[in-house]
Amino acid sequence: MQLAKVLGDVVVTHKDPNLAGVTLLVLQPLAADGTAAGRTLVAVDAIGAGTGDTVFFVRGKEASFPFYPTEVPADAGVVGIVDHWDLG
Amino acid sequence: MQLARVVGTVVATQKHPKFAGASLLLVQPLTLDDRPHGTTLLAVDAVGAGVHEKVLIVLEGRAAGEALGRKGAPVDAAIIGIVDAVDVQE
Repeated sequence: MQLAKVLGDVVVTHKDPNLAGVTLLVLQPLAADGTAAGRTLVAVDAIGAGTGDTVFFVRGKEASFPFYPTEVPADAGVVGIVDHWDLG
Repeated sequence: MQLARVVGTVVATQKHPKFAGASLLLVQPLTLDDRPHGTTLLAVDAVGAGVHEKVLIVLEGRAAGEALGRKGAPVDAAIIGIVDAVDVQE
């Protein structure tokens, strides 16, 4: 998983039927110091996150697991909203 | 699998139910000579690792889910061991 900031969402009307009702969020992955790390991506939302939230997301087929048994075609998904993180 | 250093802890109240009770740690993947390699990741902890410890992580969904002991968990990384030593013959 990786930390990310939710920058916004994506509206897609014409899409795979299994994406119906699924929110698509634009994410900026973050490094441990909170700075942007790597390119932005689009992820399905499994937790009810919104713009401005700090979240963590999972990559790969596991992104679709929260929607089981619907086979959501996704390769990244938000699975938690981060309250805070502490560096040792 | 990859070697990594635990660099921090993450607190998330609102998360997928399959994460309930699981410890989330920030890990920095390492090269063989202990230099940071790539970006920091979040991994579920299956072995009770702590900050500053050198660990072994899996970076694949099925393996991470098995380490967590929960089928269908939306995870892609897990700590599966605490490293005592790495011996490499040059």
